[in-house]
Amino acid sequence: MSVTLLLFASYADAFGTPSLSIDMPDDATVGDLLTEIARRPGAHMLPKMPLVAVNQRYAQASTRISSGDEVALIPPVAGG
Amino acid sequence: MTVGGRLTDQRIDASALIDEACAPEFGAVLLFLGIVRDVNDGRAVTGIEYSAYEAMAADQLDEIARQAAERFAPAHVVIVHRLGELALQEASVGIAVAHAHRDEAYDLSRWCLEELKRRVPIWKREHYVDGSREWVDPSAVPAGIRP
Repeated sequence: MSVTLLLFASYADAFGTPSLSIDMPDDATVGDLLTEIARRPGAHMLPKMPLVAVNQRYAQASTRISSGDEVALIPPVAGG
Repeated sequence: MTVGGRLTDQRIDASALIDEACAPEFGAVLLFLGIVRDVNDGRAVTGIEYSAYEAMAADQLDEIARQAAERFAPAHVVIVHRLGELALQEASVGIAVAHAHRDEAYDLSRWCLEELKRRVPIWKREHYVDGSREWVDPSAVPAGIRP
């Protein structure tokens, strides 16, 4: 399946784009996705375990991703 | 709105926010405003640009307001966070809370702000006097206390 990964703020700057399209096996998890993007240029700017949201809720490394899910990489939040 | 949270690209109207939270049964009303200040970490700041994962941030703000109102029930809670380019002394966040009593109102206001800072996907990029810009990372270890 193809997963669209949304990127924001410093992470969008690091990867040079606001979103990445990533090919993943159908039973992939958030952890698998992080392993996959670790090879991409810009990934050295990410912490070891960046925050990830699936369908706008914070997810765990074990959270399974389905085709059509909205997946986002969340930089350290700085509201207020 | 008496309980809820939202994003805005307009100036935060403090007085309107208080009016939203007020009700006859609440004797303690508090308004917290987060203001863009002119210095951070020793660097002179000229403004801050706020951005967000908008759908999720609006949802989280609303959830925080609802959870707070439930935790301290009965209470009214309205949270507004501004996005876009802000100048010095403009409000980036406004939290209006209303409760029957002051102790709960203070706790409620503080709880909302701490939750907001902990989990709402909003980012800020500070603009400095020398023209440079940097994303702010509150989770980073300050340079002075690195081992």
